[in-house]
This record gives sequence, structure tokens and C-alpha cells, in this order.
Amino acid sequence: MKKFFQSGWTSRLSYGLLLPLLATLLALGVGAVMLLLLDVNPVTAYKAMWEGAFGTPNALAETLVKSTPLMLVGIGICISFRGNVINIGGEGQMIVGAILATWLGLTFTDWPGWLMIAMALLLGFLGGALWGGIPGYLKAYFGVNEILSTVMMNAIAVQLMNYLLRGPMIDPSQAQLASKIPQTARLPEAFRLPRWVPTRLHLGFLLALVLAVVVYFLLWRTTLGYRIRAVGQNAFAARYAGINVKRQVVLALLLSGAFAGLAGAVQVYGVNYRMITDGSASGFTGSAGFNGIVAALFGQLHPLGTIPASIFFGALLVGANKMQRVVQVPSALITALNGLVVVFVVSSDYWRRKKERQRLAQLVEQSEILPDDDIGSHTAEGTA
Amino acid sequence: MISDMLTVTVLVGILASGIRLATPYLYAAIGETFGQRSGVLNLGVDGQMLLGAFAAFYVVFRTGNLGLGVLAAILVGGLMGLAMAFVTVNLHAEQGISGIGFYLFGLGMSDLLFQRMIGTVETVNGFSKVYIPVLSDIPYLGEIFFAHNILVYLAYLLVPLAWFVLNKTTLGLKIRSVGENPEAADSLGVSVARVRYFTVTLGGVLSGVAGASLSIGLLNVFQQNMTSGLGFIAVALVYFGGWRPWGVLGGALLFSMVNSLQLWMQILGIPIPSDIAVMLPYILTILVLVVSVSKVRSPSALTKPFERD
Repeated sequence: MKKFFQSGWTSRLSYGLLLPLLATLLALGVGAVMLLLLDVNPVTAYKAMWEGAFGTPNALAETLVKSTPLMLVGIGICISFRGNVINIGGEGQMIVGAILATWLGLTFTDWPGWLMIAMALLLGFLGGALWGGIPGYLKAYFGVNEILSTVMMNAIAVQLMNYLLRGPMIDPSQAQLASKIPQTARLPEAFRLPRWVPTRLHLGFLLALVLAVVVYFLLWRTTLGYRIRAVGQNAFAARYAGINVKRQVVLALLLSGAFAGLAGAVQVYGVNYRMITDGSASGFTGSAGFNGIVAALFGQLHPLGTIPASIFFGALLVGANKMQRVVQVPSALITALNGLVVVFVVSSDYWRRKKERQRLAQLVEQSEILPDDDIGSHTAEGTA
Repeated sequence: MISDMLTVTVLVGILASGIRLATPYLYAAIGETFGQRSGVLNLGVDGQMLLGAFAAFYVVFRTGNLGLGVLAAILVGGLMGLAMAFVTVNLHAEQGISGIGFYLFGLGMSDLLFQRMIGTVETVNGFSKVYIPVLSDIPYLGEIFFAHNILVYLAYLLVPLAWFVLNKTTLGLKIRSVGENPEAADSLGVSVARVRYFTVTLGGVLSGVAGASLSIGLLNVFQQNMTSGLGFIAVALVYFGGWRPWGVLGGALLFSMVNSLQLWMQILGIPIPSDIAVMLPYILTILVLVVSVSKVRSPSALTKPFERD
């Protein structure tokens, strides 16, 4: 597990690029077999996907729109996973960020647009930070497994959303109808994120790009980032170096959640202009809280790597819709393939480590220096 | 309206459906207990359940044979478990993340197959109630405990069985030693890989049955994402129950009783928002984790791949 998070992007560029690509090809290959079994020509299907994702300027714009939440969640995931904290709570963090941002926009309708957008995105960021910070605090100070607590926090956020959208935050006009669709009122037009008309591509995409660079600097050029990564690589060593390990754990999850919360706010202010629920988390998030993890892993847990990875998965999602229309294969195929990509990427790490061990062994041989410490620790381990 | 809650009929109803609703949690969480006691965290339970649920539903929909349906769920769940075992035991992949991968695979795959092979909402005749002779005639208690389908009874029998296997058999000793100290177990000639393959595959099988208990036992339909995260709760229940089958039973009952209570409150029209009521077990789980973590120790080798030097 440790080894996986230590894998550097810069030092192992070839492997960093090669393995995810191979994993994807493998997943697409499995997908092709599945398509054949479903009596569908894989070439036609994948061609439809490609056209659906990149075929027209509008398709490309949709791909980028879809990639935006993945990117925002993904760069947050880079922070937490680098700190060896596994945040599965992106879905809940998105929802809470979106709820707070929506509430602000529906409450202070007379604010100037630029002020509201700034404040709403900030509030979304803070909401996600709160929802990530709680499991972070519980992990650091009570030893509660963060995988479980973030999953629980997801479920709580969904119910909170359902309650609010059916009750206190319901669109007043829906409240009077018998149908009572669980959705909020629409945000005033002044509050909407600027768009690249006529497509739906909005400013949130640019924001995500900028933040990816910011997080890169945060992780590799600031003390905070250094500390988080140090704790992620070796918590004991970090503690001896005088780093407050518990605080870094809280911060890693808190920051990770914050970016997911921002993703939620951006979805509301850039795409939907309201919140609506079908009762499930994915009804609002489109599973971006999970797919963001996929994108981050695919990008080797590097914020800049997350950019192309998110666009790639955004393209898969958009392309899947086109594929569904052309060859009648449900877009659920893509969810399944995403899962396979994750499995293949984490599995492929085995070969990276093997390669690394061989390289080390070679170095030791070349230098003809007997690594005393290594021998010592080995025998100690053997007899322990 | 609160007084409606207190009639005997309603109380019996709440308890009986609480007993019934614990079934999928029990199968999945007991299976996960075996995996975790041997040092493997399987987060893909929900995906295994969904595929198991679909397989069982599809077979019953086509053939009407319930036994075949359960067998299909066992097969599909077992295959998913085998794949998970290969990835975590042989390839030493990070367990939490590969579990998420398997979850997404199961989520997408079950939906894909459902849409292609069935398409519309259909129902099947699932397992019907088996009234245990004599016992089911006991007033109240009979309806609460002895009027359920066979999958429900088996789920409860699984608890003492799992306890016995884990604590009183050589196999159980091997499983626990592999989860606590794989190096020591290995040096004593226990095959860490073989034990983990067994527990993770068993976990997959039981997750598959858990899915079947929903699609051909409790609900008798299949829908996209019909578990809605139930498998993740099952994983949490293992922590909740302190990696002991009886503790898992307690957690499962707590969850199912609260669920049953809120269902009945909806039926009776009691004006407490059901969304808030549904939230309670999750909050409770977090609180219990906070309190119990300091007391109960997890298996030492949990999530750690074993590599021979």
C-alpha cells in the first residue's frame, strides 16, 4: 500500500504513462469482448463513442463539462492519497458543498453576480472541507477507519439532501403542486458561471485547470504539502522529524473534501442552476465522487496528471451516451469498464515494484558495496 | 398517532420485518468477517451483491427454479471473490482501491446485463415463507421469529456456524493466524495465499447470496443499483461488530430494526421526516466506531499484502 503511494511521477515517467495506458487498453479490450458477446460490433461502438466525445466542438465542450467535477474531486484525492488517507467520501462532500452554495444563492438574491459566485464557491469549498474534516478528525484522534466513516458520511449527506429538497429547500412552486418534485428553485441568472456560448462549457473548467496547478505547487513547493507527503510515506519517520502527524491527517482529508465540495458548488452554478434529487447520491453527482478517484489514480496521483485523466474519463462518459443511442448498449458499460481500469491500474503496480527491486539489486551489484544495514535488517526480520 | 405505534400488531410487525431485513447484511458481513480476519479488506461487497442479485433474479425469471437462482448467485459471487483474491494476494494490489474498482464493475455490469437481458421492471415468485411447525403458532413470537423464508433462517444459522469455524476449528485458527501474523503462520507451514483465497472467495459467495436474498427473497425484483450501498454498510458492520460474528449480528439487527421502524413510521404516517430517520443508523455507526475502536483491535495484518522475502 505504502509503495503504491510513493510511486513518483517524475522519477518513473515511462512507467507512469505506460502502465495506465496498458490498463486502459486492456479494459477496452475486455469491453470489446463484452460488446461482441452482446452481439454488437466493437468498432462501431467505439467509433460512436469517439464521435460522441470529440466529434464536434459541442461534443468536445460536453466532454470538458463532464471532466470538470472529476478534475476537482481528483486533485483533492491527490492530496489525501498522497497523505496515505483514503477518501471515499467525495460524493457526500460534493453534496454538502452544493447544498450550502445553493442555499446562499437562493437566500441573498440581491447580491451582485460576481460576489455571489465567489462566495458560493467559497462556501461550497468550506462545506466539503467540513464534511471531509469530520472523518479526518475521527481518524486522527479516535482511530476511526476513514474508508468507513467517509462512506457513512456519504449516506448521511444523501439523506440530508433528500430531506432538504423535499422539505425546507423545495422549490416554492413545486411545494404547491401534487407532484412535489424534490428540487430547489432556480438560481437567478446573474449568478450563473459564464459560459462559452453556444456550448455548455463554463468557467468552472478553467478554474479546475488553475487549481490543479495550484495543488501541484501546494504538494511539492510548500511546507504543508511536504508534511502531508512525509506523513503519507512514513508516519513514524515524519513524527521523529517533528511533524504533527495527526494534524496532517486532518488537513489531508479536509482539503480533499474541500475540492469535492467545490466540485458540487460548480455543478450547481455552472451546469444545473438548481439541485434536484432522485433519492440517490449519483442522481446529483453523476458518481463524480467515485470517478474522481479513478481519474486521480489514472493520473498517478499527480494533480497535473489528473487533468488529462479527467478529460479522458469525461470523454468516456459523454461518448457512452452516444454509444447508447447508436448501438443501444447501455452506458452502464462504461461504469463497468471504469471499475476494470481501476483494478488494472492498482494491479499493474506489481510490475512497477518488481522492476524497481531489480533496479535496486543491479545498483547494489554495480557499486559492489555490501549494504550492511540491509543485511542487518533482513536477518532481524527473518528471525523475528 | 404515536399511540398507533404501541399496538401489539404494529410492534410485532416492526420486529418481524426487522428480523427479515437483517438477512442481506448478515450474509455479506459474515462473509466479509472471514476475509478481514485473514487480513483482506474487500470493499467490493456491494458490487458482488449487485451481480449476485442480478444472476439469481435472471435465472429465476427464466426458469422459475429458486435453487438454481441461488446457485447462480453463488457462482457469480464466488468468481468475483476469486478475482479479488488474485488481485490482492498475487498482485498485492491496494485492497481499498481495488475493492472500489470491483464495486464499480459490479454496479455497471449488473445494470448493463439487466438492461440488455430483461429491460423492464419484472417481478418473480421468490422464496415463500416457511412456517416452522409448532413454533410459528406461538402467539406474537411465532410471527416475529418463525415465519420467514428459508434464506432468512439460513442467515441466522450462519452466525453460530461462523463463530464455530473461526474459534473452534483448525481452519479458523489458520485464518486468524494469517490475519494477525502472516510471517509466523507462513513459517509454521500455513499457506497464507491459500487461506486468503479461501476466505475472500467465501466472502464473494456469501455476498452473492446476500444479493439473492434481496432479489429473490425480500423484494423479488431487480433494479439498477438496488442495494444502494448496502454492501458498504456490511463492511462497516464488521468493524462495528469487532470482527466477531455475534457482534456483526448485533450490528445487523440494530440497522435492520431502525430501518423497519422508519418504514412502519412511514406506513402509519407519523410526521417525522423519513430521510432523517434513515440517517440515524449511519450516525450511530460512526459513533459506535468512535467508542469501540479504542477497545477492539483490528486484525494486525488487515490490508497488508503478504510477501515472502
